[in-house]
Amino acid sequence: MTTEFTPFLSLFGGLLIGSSTVLLMLTLGRIMGATGVLAGFLQPTSASDWSWRAALLAGMVTAPILMTVVTGQPPTIQVPVSTLMMIVGGFIVGVGVTYGAGCTSGHGVCGMARFSPRSIAATVTFMIFTAITVYVVRHVFGV
Amino acid sequence: MLRIISTYLIGLVFGIGIMMSGMANPAKVLNFFDVFGTWDASLIFVMGGAILVAAPGYWLVVARPAGKPLMGEAFHVPQNRKLDMKLIAGSATFGVGWGIAGFCPGGALPAIGTLNPAVLTFTAALVVGIFTAKFTQNLTARRANSAAA
Repeated sequence: MTTEFTPFLSLFGGLLIGSSTVLLMLTLGRIMGATGVLAGFLQPTSASDWSWRAALLAGMVTAPILMTVVTGQPPTIQVPVSTLMMIVGGFIVGVGVTYGAGCTSGHGVCGMARFSPRSIAATVTFMIFTAITVYVVRHVFGV
Repeated sequence: MLRIISTYLIGLVFGIGIMMSGMANPAKVLNFFDVFGTWDASLIFVMGGAILVAAPGYWLVVARPAGKPLMGEAFHVPQNRKLDMKLIAGSATFGVGWGIAGFCPGGALPAIGTLNPAVLTFTAALVVGIFTAKFTQNLTARRANSAAA
């Protein structure tokens, strides 16, 4: 399945992601990492710690709804993989981000932005392994 | 209340960024990594754009004279700087899962709002994976403790 090259839209999206990251650090002193936010939301340590996570997640979920209302059409989500692959992939991602203590947002954006050696190592590692996996799935198994 | 509203709006900005960028579109994500197939280089602009803002932004925020966030007691920034096997193996595992599904947690969470069945499936599996890993981590920690005692 081919997709359109969207450098400006992607850059603008990236600038928004970066801005929200800085704003969360400025206001609450927190890292905008999807893994950390979600894990703390699922296993809360206190009411005040849970409430900001819930608010942040609620804001995220509102985004596509608001965009659908404003533009008149839902954001594009194209799924070239099977339901089984979603289940297996989702489970593996959950295990990996817990042991690796972060994902694309936490390590790839926040950690890279503060030049954390752990995040740079993590980001390089998952980018390489994602590329290898996509190669194997698409060009070795031909899925 | 101001804390909740501002955090909600920050989540909204993050979510719009994710949805616009293409990070919540598995076809686009997988194509970014498929250099030898249907390559789509767009996503390099996402990480590039985000770091372009976050790197100087973080530096400015943490360098504030007050030394603490506007609505919090302290900056919660990871202090661990050690590279260990857990970090590398975990990240490699995450990469394998991302390459199979095409969703990462930051891409999937805002997309829940679309109620797309693939997103909901991925997120449910993601949560099961997180709890499974937390359980095995606790198990290993308990074994290590009892071995030490």
